Amino acid sequence: MGMVAGGAAAATAAPAPQTEPPAPYNFNGIIRDGQTPLEGVEITVTGNGVDETVATGADGRWVVGVPAQGTYTVSIDTSTLPEGVTLRDPSFESRELEVSTSTSVGVLFPFGPPAAGGGGDGGTDGEATPAPGAEPGAGAGAGATSNDFGSQVLARLISGLGFGLLLALAAIGITLIFGTTGVNNFAHGELLTFGGIIFYFTTTIANWPVWSAIIVTLLASAAFGWFHDWGIFKPLRRRRVGLVQVLIVTIGLSIALRYFFQFLIGGGIEGLSVDRGAVVQVGPVAMTTSNIVSTLIAIVVLAAVGWFLTRTRIGKATRAVSDNASLAAASGIDVDRVIRIVWVLAGVLTGGAGILYTYFIGANIKWDMGFTILLLLFAGVTLGGLGSAFGALVGAVFIGIVTELSTLFLAPDLRYAVALLVLILVLLFRPQGILGRKERIG
Amino acid sequence: MDFLAIVNNAAGEILSPTTAAFALATIGLNIHFGYSGLLNFGQAGFMAVGAYAFAIFTIMVDPTATLGWPVWLSFLSAVLVAILAAVVFALILGIPTLRLRGDYLAIVTIAAAEIIRFTVRTQDLTEVTGGSQGLTGASYKGDLEALNPLTGSTYGFGPWTATAYDTWVRIIAWSIVIVALVLVWLLMRSPWGRVIKGIREDEDAVRSLGKNVYSYKMQALVLGGSMGALAGVLYVLPRAVQPDNFATTLTFYIWTALLLGGAATVFGPLLGAILFWVLLSFTGGIIVGLHSMGIFGDMTGTQAGQLRFVIVGLALMALVVFRPQGILGNKKELSFNV
Repeated sequence: MGMVAGGAAAATAAPAPQTEPPAPYNFNGIIRDGQTPLEGVEITVTGNGVDETVATGADGRWVVGVPAQGTYTVSIDTSTLPEGVTLRDPSFESRELEVSTSTSVGVLFPFGPPAAGGGGDGGTDGEATPAPGAEPGAGAGAGATSNDFGSQVLARLISGLGFGLLLALAAIGITLIFGTTGVNNFAHGELLTFGGIIFYFTTTIANWPVWSAIIVTLLASAAFGWFHDWGIFKPLRRRRVGLVQVLIVTIGLSIALRYFFQFLIGGGIEGLSVDRGAVVQVGPVAMTTSNIVSTLIAIVVLAAVGWFLTRTRIGKATRAVSDNASLAAASGIDVDRVIRIVWVLAGVLTGGAGILYTYFIGANIKWDMGFTILLLLFAGVTLGGLGSAFGALVGAVFIGIVTELSTLFLAPDLRYAVALLVLILVLLFRPQGILGRKERIG
Repeated sequence: MDFLAIVNNAAGEILSPTTAAFALATIGLNIHFGYSGLLNFGQAGFMAVGAYAFAIFTIMVDPTATLGWPVWLSFLSAVLVAILAAVVFALILGIPTLRLRGDYLAIVTIAAAEIIRFTVRTQDLTEVTGGSQGLTGASYKGDLEALNPLTGSTYGFGPWTATAYDTWVRIIAWSIVIVALVLVWLLMRSPWGRVIKGIREDEDAVRSLGKNVYSYKMQALVLGGSMGALAGVLYVLPRAVQPDNFATTLTFYIWTALLLGGAATVFGPLLGAILFWVLLSFTGGIIVGLHSMGIFGDMTGTQAGQLRFVIVGLALMALVVFRPQGILGNKKELSFNV
C-alpha cells in the first residue's frame, strides 16, 4: 500500500496544476498524558511526497497539512516524550492512516501501561475521533498484577497457552489440507478473517444474539470451506495443475480475499459489540472472562477433533488419505469426498478460531488479521511436522507460548519475529518437525 | 471521469523509478525461479536488506564527511555495502535450505523476510533503523544529489516530466536495469546458465554429470538476491525508507509481475513490471472515476480503491492456471515441480 502510494507519487510528475490551497487535508490531534498537555512532542507525517515533522504546542495541539488524499504514515517520536510517559500500545508509534473524504483526520496516541487484554479497550487520551490503523494486538491475554518475575512468567505462560490453542484450531486445518492434497494454503489466514467478519456483521451490524451469530458464522465458514474445494481446488486437481502453481493460486486467492475484506470493512480496526466479561483474578494473574472462555472452547473443540480423527470411520479415512492417497483410493476410500470433508472441517475450525480470536484479542477485527498470523500458523505446522494433526497442535501451542514468553526479554513488537526464528531453526536441525516423518523433506 | 488524466497517469508509470526498481527485483527473482527453479518468497526481504544497508551506511558511516572520500566513492561504497549485506543474507538463507525440498525454501524465505521487517521496525533499534517510522529520504540522498549533473528544473515531456533529481534517479535506475538485462542474457547462454537451467529441469541428472548442484543453486540465489538488494536501493532513492513497504505483499506483487511477463525469459520481468504498474495505476484511476460518479454509494474512495488489489489477486490466480508461461514465456521452460 505504501508502495502503491509511492508509485502514485512518482506519477504526479505530470501534474494537474494545483489550484487548491496548499493543504486541503490535515492530520491533527492533542497529545496529553491524562489531562496534562505535553509540549514539544514531535509528530512526523510521511507518504505521497510529504515528509513533515511538527512539535506540539503548549496546549499539546499539533496539525500537519497534506496536499492530497491517500495513505500516510503518522508517527510519534517517543524520545521526545517526557520521562515515564510511554505509549500504551507500542504499535501506535507509527501507523498508516488514510485521508479520504474527510478533510481533517484526528490521530490519537494513548499513553499508559500496556493494557491487559491486548489494547482494544478503547480508552482515549486525545481529543480526536478514534483512529484506525493499529495492529490488533494479539496475545497479551493475561496480565500479572504483581511485578515479580515468577508471576510475570506465569501470566505470559497462560496467555501464550490460550493464544497457542487458538493457533492450533486454525493450524489443524492447514495441516489436514496439506496432508490430504499436498497444498500449502497461503489463503488460510483469510478463512480465519472470514469467520471474524461474519461474526462482526451478525453481532455488531445486524445486532443478532451471540448464540445465533455463532451458529450462522460456523455455517458460513463451513460453506466457505466447501466452496474453496468445489470452486477452486477440485477443478485444479482435475486439470492436474502442479503443486507450486496451486501454491501461487492460494497466494492470489489470499490477496484477492484480503483486499475484498478491506473493501467491505475498511482499513481500520472495528470493535465488536460483544461483552468480554469481567476481569477475573486467579492467584497473581488477571485475565478477562473472554480469555478463559475462548481457551476452554479451544480445548473442547481440539479434543473433539482428536476423537473424530482417531475414532470415526471418516476420521480414519482422512488419516489414511493423508498417509498415502493412492493406497487409500485402492482400498475403497473415496478420496475426493474425504478432501471435501477436510475442507469443510478446516473451514469450520478456522472460522471458529476467527470468532475466538476476535473475542480473545479484545473484541475487535481488522481486515488482515488472519494474514498477520498466517506465518505463525505455518511455523506451528512445520514445527509439529507437516501433515500431522497432533504435531500441529503441539507446534502451535509451542509457538504461542514462545511468542508470549519472548516479550519478557524483548520488545513486544518482535514477538512474531521470535516465532519465525524458531521456525527457521527447526528447519535447520530437524526439518521433519517434532512428530513429522523424515520422507517428507524430500 | 477524466479519462485522459487516467491514461496519462498510467503512462507515467512506464518510466517511473519505482517501476525500474520493481523491474530489477523481478529480474532477480527470475534468476531464482525462472532459471534455477528456486522458490524465493522473500524478495522483499532482499530489497529491505539492500535499502537499509545503503541508508544506514550513508547515515552512520558517511565517508564523505568522516573520511573525506569523494562523493562518488562514498555513494558507490554504500551501494557495495548493500550488495554485500544481501550476499550474506542469501548465504544464511541458502546454507540450511538449498538441500531441502523447494517449498521449504519458500517458507524459510518468506519467514526470513518478515524477520527482517520486524527487526528493522522494532522500537529498540530506533536509533539505527528509525523504528517503525523508518528513515527520512533527506538523510541519505545527499551524495546522489551532489553527483547530479542536471541543473534545469524539469526534464521530459507529457506524462514523463520529472524534476532534475527525479530524472537523475531515472537515468541511474534504468541504466542498471539495462545492465542487468544484458547480464542475464549473457549468463543464460553461457555454460553456467545451461547448468542452472539443467538443475531446474532435473537436479539428479546434473548431479550425475559431476556438477555441484548445491553450489550452483547458491550462486544463483546470491546473484538474484544481490539484484533484489540493488532494487531496494533504487526503490528508496525517490522516497523515504519505510519498513512496511517491504512486507510480504511486495514479494507477491513481484511474483505477479514475473508470471505476467513470463518467467525464464530475458525481457519477461521488464515487461511484467511495467505492465503491472501501468495496469494498477489505470484500474486505480478507473475505480476513483467510478467512485466520483457515485457507484460505490457513500464508501470512501480509498476503500473502493482496494478493489484493484482484488483484481491483482484474481489475475494472479488466472495467470498461473491458464497461462503459467506469461506473455513472453515458453511453457516447456517452466518448472513448477518441487
